Amino acid sequence: MITVLDVHEKPIFESSYTVQGGNFDEAGKVASQIKVILKKLGLQTDVVRKAALVAYESEINIVSYARKGTINISITPQRVKIETIDEGHGIPDIELAMQEGYSTADAKIREMGFGAGMGLCNIKKFSDQFQITSEIGIGTHLKMIILIENGA
Amino acid sequence: MTLNDVAELLDAEVLAGHDQLEMEVKTGFGADLMSDVLAFAKPGSLLLTGLTNPQVVRTADILDIAAIIMVRGKRPVPEAIQLAKEIKIPVLSTRLILFETIGRLYEKGMRGCIERVDNSFGRP
Ligand SMILES: Nc1ncnc2c1ncn2[C@@H]1O[C@H](COP(=O)(O)OP(=O)(O)O)[C@@H](O)[C@H]1O
Ligand SMILES: [Mg+2]
Repeated sequence: MITVLDVHEKPIFESSYTVQGGNFDEAGKVASQIKVILKKLGLQTDVVRKAALVAYESEINIVSYARKGTINISITPQRVKIETIDEGHGIPDIELAMQEGYSTADAKIREMGFGAGMGLCNIKKFSDQFQITSEIGIGTHLKMIILIENGA
Repeated sequence: MTLNDVAELLDAEVLAGHDQLEMEVKTGFGADLMSDVLAFAKPGSLLLTGLTNPQVVRTADILDIAAIIMVRGKRPVPEAIQLAKEIKIPVLSTRLILFETIGRLYEKGMRGCIERVDNSFGRP
C-alpha cells in the first residue's frame, strides 16, 4: 500500500544516514538534521514536525535496541518517506511491541526519558502510512510516509 | 509573559539563551517522559521537566519547544547545555518542585498547551 505512492515520482531530495547502536550521546542527531533539511525545503510546519518526530523515535530505537542502522529519507512533492533499516536481534512479536506500554528498555534508556513503550505507537500515530517488518537475528525495517497536502 | 518574567517568578537560573529572554510564552507542558512530550507537547510551549540529559534538548528541538525549565534544582550535564546553546533553546533551572513551578505559572495566566489528551490511540 505504501509503494503505490512511490511510483512515477522523482524525489526532490534523498539522503541516507548511519546510526550507531548504543551511542546514546548522539541519539537524535540524525532526526535533528532531517528537520533542518525539511525546514529549508520550505515544507509545511506540521509535515516537518511529524517527519522529525517519527525519525527521532526510530533513531532512538536503533540506538537503544540495534547494533547499527541506516535512516533513509526521500522527499517528493507529494510525500516525505523515512525508512529505517537496522542490524540487530529484531522484534519477536511485532503486535506486542506495537502495544502502548510494552517495553524491554533498560535503565539507561529510561534515564533518557524513553522506554515507556510509546515509541512505535507515536511513530504510527504521526505517520500517514506505516509499515514494520522484522526478522529475528537480522534486524528491523520501518517505513513511514507523511503526506504533503496540495504538494509542496 | 516573557521568559524574563518566568525566570523571575520561578527564581530560576538561566543556563542557556541569555539573549532570548524577551521571548513571549503562553503555554506549557510538563513531563519526565520524552515519548509523552513528543506525543502531546505543542510548538512554542515551555517544557517543564526533571530530566537533564541531552535528549531533553533534542526532544525540544524536534518539537520547536520555546524553552526548557528544569525543575527540582536539576542541573543538566554540560553536553546538554552545549547542545542547547548550539540549537538556541533557552534552558532555565529552578529549585521549585514541578507542582509549585506550574502553580506559579498558571496563576499568572499561563495554560497547558493542551487541556487533556484524546483517547485516539492505545487506550481502550
Ligand atoms: N529497532 C528495534 N530492534 C529491536 N527491538 C525493537 C526495535 N524497536 C523496538 N523494539 C522493541 O519494541 C519495544 C517497544 O518499542 P517502543 O514502542 O519504541 O517503546 P520503547 O522504546 O519505549 O520500549 C522495545 O522495548 C523493544 O523491545
Ligand atoms: Mg522506543
